[in-house]
Amino acid sequence: MEKKKNFTISVYTENNVGLLHRLSAIFLKRHINIESFSTSESEIKDVFRFIIVVKMTKSGVEKVVKQIEKQVEVIKAFYHTDSETIFQESALYKMKSSSLFEERHIQNIIKDSNARIVTVNPEFFVIEKTGFRDDTEKLYKDLKSYGLLQFTRSGRIAVSKEKMGISEILNTFKNQK
Amino acid sequence: MKKKKISGAEAVIHSLLNEGVDLVWGYPGGAIMPVYDEFYKFQDKLKHILARHEQGAIHAAQGYARSSGKVGVAIATSGPGATNLVTGIADAQIDSTPVVCITGQVPSHLLGSDAFQETDIIGISMPVTKWNYQITKASEIPEIFAKAFYIAKSGRPGPVLIDITKDAQFELFNYEYSKCKGIRSYNPLPKINNSSIDDAVKLINKAKKPFIVWGQGVILGNAEVEFKSFVEKSGIPAAWTILGVSALPTSHELNVGMVGMHGNYGPNLLTNECDLLVAIGMRFDDRVTGDPKTYANQAKIIHLDIDPAEINKNIKVEVPIIGDCKESLKLITEKIEKRSHEKWISKFDDLMKIEFDKVINSDLNPSKKGLTMGESIIAINEQTNGEAIIVTDVGQHQMVACRYANFIHSKSNITSGGLGTMGFALPAAMGAKMGAMNREVVAVIGDGGYQMTIQELGTIFQLQIPVKIVILNNDFLGMVRQWQQLFFDKRYASTEMINPDFVTIAKGYYLDSERVNDRKDLRPAVERMIKSKKPYVLEICVEKEDNVFPMIPSGASVSDVRLS
Repeated sequence: MEKKKNFTISVYTENNVGLLHRLSAIFLKRHINIESFSTSESEIKDVFRFIIVVKMTKSGVEKVVKQIEKQVEVIKAFYHTDSETIFQESALYKMKSSSLFEERHIQNIIKDSNARIVTVNPEFFVIEKTGFRDDTEKLYKDLKSYGLLQFTRSGRIAVSKEKMGISEILNTFKNQK
Repeated sequence: MKKKKISGAEAVIHSLLNEGVDLVWGYPGGAIMPVYDEFYKFQDKLKHILARHEQGAIHAAQGYARSSGKVGVAIATSGPGATNLVTGIADAQIDSTPVVCITGQVPSHLLGSDAFQETDIIGISMPVTKWNYQITKASEIPEIFAKAFYIAKSGRPGPVLIDITKDAQFELFNYEYSKCKGIRSYNPLPKINNSSIDDAVKLINKAKKPFIVWGQGVILGNAEVEFKSFVEKSGIPAAWTILGVSALPTSHELNVGMVGMHGNYGPNLLTNECDLLVAIGMRFDDRVTGDPKTYANQAKIIHLDIDPAEINKNIKVEVPIIGDCKESLKLITEKIEKRSHEKWISKFDDLMKIEFDKVINSDLNPSKKGLTMGESIIAINEQTNGEAIIVTDVGQHQMVACRYANFIHSKSNITSGGLGTMGFALPAAMGAKMGAMNREVVAVIGDGGYQMTIQELGTIFQLQIPVKIVILNNDFLGMVRQWQQLFFDKRYASTEMINPDFVTIAKGYYLDSERVNDRKDLRPAVERMIKSKKPYVLEICVEKEDNVFPMIPSGASVSDVRLS
């Protein structure tokens, strides 16, 4: 049996309503769970980039990426292993302000984890931590016992080590016209 | 170009005319009424045919597309009108049929308010369309229609849906149309890689037991001529998938029959004996491959397809040739040696003899009293000389018709292959006839599927569309019954039907109709039907519990094909 592992799928698309639905339907149809999902405008104006993390086999991810690329409004799709990408996640932790003064240990946790305090007010303060899943997870565990009010983590964002060549694809099209 | 402002609804008509559309199938309703008002005004230029159900309209558009090679168009209102199209859209998606569907939508200010007849048809149809788009401003209409037709027919064809809010249909704007020449994120014609052509040529030249399996891609790519030259120069025996059949005449000496679950004995068995498999415009569907783990493991495989996503999807191949097979087949044919494979082909002949003795002979020359589906198809062959377009539904009759019908011309076999949509044939046949008025169109339908879209007899009657409808009636959902007999100890759960009098129903629609029970009446009745210039319904009552063989049980290997 082929082993499953993490793959980061990067999809460059046109900016159109409903494309998110079209992409997620590809995963749904194949009963694939999406580990994380994030999207924003890419380095090219009006071109969007989706970062989708899945845990699956290499042959499985290859087929899914072909199905993604088949969509009319998808410019290009790639898949990479963790070692082929630079990736990070961001997490926010909302804590009671009183705990900052009552539990001196919190200050050490913040310092040791290289986290950043985003805001402090009389009721609560918010810590931000960017890093790998293990880093944000560790901080979550450390803070949990001190009255964590809210916790949220972003999807993975990633850039590939290899070149993606999206501008070249778009330029070739322009020159053909 | 017009300077005067026109409504979105009128722009829909002009856009259709600009794309060369002269016929659309549909059903009106509240949210699409402005467009219907324009159909009324433009009825001399653009014919609209009222189906009796939106599913009938979309299947008719599919039949029209399949017989004519043009884009079929279906139109419906919002809500239930739109959802009734979905089965046909899914069917067109999986069988790569170019259709454009237009649906009305509630006014844009009511979107998301659960308004009367509002449904999210964009969301619903997204997984089963090649592309879809919701228009909320009239000014979007020309560009979106141009894109829709371009996407539907280019590359691997498929269905596109355009949803238009009612306010956009009323809105006035300056109309200007230009055809779509390309979309930057969409590459419908991948460039053929010359080195894979060379790799394929090498494999073909040295193969001792090569075998071709072709599919609908040959027809969709208009590559029938190139395909025939390739087959003839290479001398390779060629078998077809159900959607590919009519690309090469049935009588061609290198046409060795059908592959798949109910395909011929030889092609299935020898799939696991060939040393080279050349797959052309087919997608290794599970009904073709049986168990993929045991499929042609001994063979090298060359796969020609226009859709890169089909390469290595179900079966791993050695040489993929991505691109238009009209072009790649030509390149390969130029470079290969002219060969013949008599000894290898004689194996197909030997196995065909076995199949004839064990299956075909009793299908076509039965000794029992009851009529068989097989002899009914032969009677149609005799009367049409293989010139007809045969439209089939789904089930036993479909397999029998495809096994025994004679085809001379391409685009002559219209059936629901991938989705297996019962109810497809009757509306698809009327669409096929409208798409090829100079050809005879014979629909062959089981008694189950016939009753799923029987309402389209109304459309056929009103327009006097001269299709010939053959009901092969065994009073059973025959294919399911066959499986119940073979795999569920004959527990016939909900497969036996007490049917109405189909002749009386046809007569209720003022259609000529008759019923045949006896062998002596079969040929004269088929002859009367084919000679008729009008629509005609012929009910042939066949044996109730006949089975279709050969058969590869679901999940078994192609080499486990059974003759009984």
